[in-house]
Amino acid sequence: MRLLLSFLLLCSPAVFCAEDGLNPATIVNPPKGSWLTYNGDYSGRRFSPLDQINASNVKNLTLAWAFRAKVPPGSSPFGMEIKSTPLQTDGVLYFTMPDNAWAVDARTGREIWHYNWKSQGGIHTGNRGVGIYGNWVFFETPDNHLISLEKDTGKFRWAVEIADLAQEYFSTPAPLVVGNHVIVGVGGDSLDVPGFLEARDPEDGKVQWRWNSEPAKGEPGSETWPDIQSMSHGGGMTWIPGTYDPELNLLYWGTGNPNPVHAGQGRKGDNLWTCSIVALNPDTGKLVWWFQASPHDTHDWDNVETPVLFDGVIDGKPRKLLAQAARNGYFFVLDRTNGKQIVTEPYIPVNWAKGIDKLGRPIPDPEKEPKTDGALVIPAAGGGTNWFPPSFSPQTGLFYVSTSPSYSVYYLTDTSPHPEGYGGRDAGVWSEAGLVALDYQTGKIRWSHTYPGSGGGHSGILTTAGHLLFTGDPSGNVIAFDPASGKPLWHAGLTDSVANGPMTYMLDERQYVAVGAGDTLYVFTLPR
Amino acid sequence: MNLRFHSLLFLALAVSTAQQTQPPPNTPPPQPPAGAANGPKPGPAAKPPGEGARTSEAVHGQQARPAGGMGDFLAIGPPADKEAAARGQKLFVANCAFCHGTNANGGNGGPDLVRSVLVLHDKGTGDEIGPVVHNGRPGKGMPSFPLTDAQIKDLAQFLLQRHQATSNRMEYKIQNIVTGDPKEGEAYFNAHCTSCHSATGDLAHIATKIPEAVDLQGHFLYPRERRRRNEAGPPSDSRSERTVTVKLPSGQTFEGTLDHLDDFSVALTDASGQHRSWLLDEDKGIQVEVHDPLAAHAKLLTQYTNADMHNIVAYLETLK
Repeated sequence: MRLLLSFLLLCSPAVFCAEDGLNPATIVNPPKGSWLTYNGDYSGRRFSPLDQINASNVKNLTLAWAFRAKVPPGSSPFGMEIKSTPLQTDGVLYFTMPDNAWAVDARTGREIWHYNWKSQGGIHTGNRGVGIYGNWVFFETPDNHLISLEKDTGKFRWAVEIADLAQEYFSTPAPLVVGNHVIVGVGGDSLDVPGFLEARDPEDGKVQWRWNSEPAKGEPGSETWPDIQSMSHGGGMTWIPGTYDPELNLLYWGTGNPNPVHAGQGRKGDNLWTCSIVALNPDTGKLVWWFQASPHDTHDWDNVETPVLFDGVIDGKPRKLLAQAARNGYFFVLDRTNGKQIVTEPYIPVNWAKGIDKLGRPIPDPEKEPKTDGALVIPAAGGGTNWFPPSFSPQTGLFYVSTSPSYSVYYLTDTSPHPEGYGGRDAGVWSEAGLVALDYQTGKIRWSHTYPGSGGGHSGILTTAGHLLFTGDPSGNVIAFDPASGKPLWHAGLTDSVANGPMTYMLDERQYVAVGAGDTLYVFTLPR
Repeated sequence: MNLRFHSLLFLALAVSTAQQTQPPPNTPPPQPPAGAANGPKPGPAAKPPGEGARTSEAVHGQQARPAGGMGDFLAIGPPADKEAAARGQKLFVANCAFCHGTNANGGNGGPDLVRSVLVLHDKGTGDEIGPVVHNGRPGKGMPSFPLTDAQIKDLAQFLLQRHQATSNRMEYKIQNIVTGDPKEGEAYFNAHCTSCHSATGDLAHIATKIPEAVDLQGHFLYPRERRRRNEAGPPSDSRSERTVTVKLPSGQTFEGTLDHLDDFSVALTDASGQHRSWLLDEDKGIQVEVHDPLAAHAKLLTQYTNADMHNIVAYLETLK
């Protein structure tokens, strides 16, 4: 009866009506306790309404189970890390590492299936996870294939190539399912290839639309490039899953740095739409608005960090907002209906901008661009933050981000008029790791915490209605903070530092919190 | 403990309560530098390659050293055959460079071949470029060239080498960085550095000990010897080691080299070689003072102009 009911609910209004599985209409209003996209829902807030685990009982949190995700030897030149955020639907967790996907019983941690893709190459640095449509799971691979598997068995359905490995694209994002679109982004910085975002058909993987990170000749935006050659090699990768507002029917995505990465002399101009947040129509891929966070970037500061959507109050008026803690060290708040800037404030010390222009964009200081003899700049190329997901809590009204105040010396190595490749290098000098809570109305820091251990921070953030913030420190601790004050309330030492964005789910009236650390998924719950 | 190095301390209580309001941007970072030991940070640019490992994406320390080196990290593939590439370069200069440029990245009417999709798919085999060379592109003004298959293969290896040199940013050569004024650098040194360093003492012959200027620059900005116990790499310079004093509520104190500190625990090795650790619980009131000899380096990072940095390098380069 319960099954029948949920079947009816799932199959109610939308365009979609598969036999069973995850109806994309369900993702618009996710059932409490589920986690249906990379960010849990479409907003990117990573705020869960679950409160069974809360500030008063979190000290009792204990390990429910741990799952070690084993991969074939030689799978990666690095140790493998779970950077993906598991999806949870129908009591199963779905997650990935490069070339590999798993389904694991969310109650017990027992493996249901494991799929391994035979790779043809590509940079194996990480994978953000899966997207689910109906009975099908989708994930991307370092050799730029979109793989579709049967959700319940892990059986291979098909693979389609989404970008050219020979041009040194590689793919890490979790596909985002919006309606009957599987939205796929790409990465790759080595050879000055153009970025793009595509919608693929969940049935057969065919292209539904493609949005290019650079305009075509003569289109608006092309005036921000000196010539066709530079524009067609301009970069702007789309390697972190975006967010979606179903009411406005707008898809929000961050774009990466322009190319050549460090040598800007061959691409004078703002270089649209690199280092931007773009709003697209998810059914057509048409650009609706854009905001550029780093005009003419030369520091490798991909602006792909999650564009987080929430409704708030600015100057006493309710507003539909979008906030991003950008890799360039600035926190931006925009009106997500039109892209107009509201707040621009640095959230770490920065030294690369001369001021803020009338559009709310930092103005790059030419003195801080890469030089043949070096320019000392904060932040380093890794940025004030990087890919790890931030969080917004409507309970506190604060935006939380893991930070890396850091210095690099940036060198220009290719001084020719038309450089290729990176055209420069950076040498990291120093960094530390922290956690910052930002007031979205002003961009001011409400509280911050510097981790006293060593190493940079790379953990994502989860906030919950239980007045909790979960993240990890560089010393291998998973920590629950009080999101209002920044006080640690609970921690556990793991075998590695938290490498993904923590997530939470509820099954049989029991709440769980899951984090990836190294190649192991750790899942915590309260004792019965 | 040498008090000259006793430049920064903080209390564990302050750390564990975790609160700190509004450090305004453009002020010095509030904490001692934490990243030196095991972070993923790129090293001084000329070496060691493993320390520069990154994609656009930040990576963990454990990910920073691929066993197979940077070619593996960047997934560039086996290097070109050097001899074949050298022969190919001669052929290229003689036959192709006029239109495609000496370095194959475009020239007088001919397109860039380093980022050419057709050439990238050739992968050094000659299979893709052979037909183009043999047949030319009459519509685009490219004549045919009667080269042998072996010559085509050599050309292909040269283009592969050019492509790999462009892709493998870890091998990019940094140009001359000794551009500053050594007199200005000496003045800066005398004003800011002599409480810990001496040009005739610890830094005597430093430019001989560290022959690459880029390494010397990285070293003076923030020395990198400090390593975790058991970590690969050169041994620690004892002068850069962080020490710690742990004071228990009873008044008993322990001192030693800092092995570990996070929000929840501290560990040290005392003078007898004994490892000791404590859980930091606010109620217990354990006080932790860290003495970081490198804190002054981190503080100066917030003050240097590019000119200061170049002048100091120029000065240090005189200390042969």
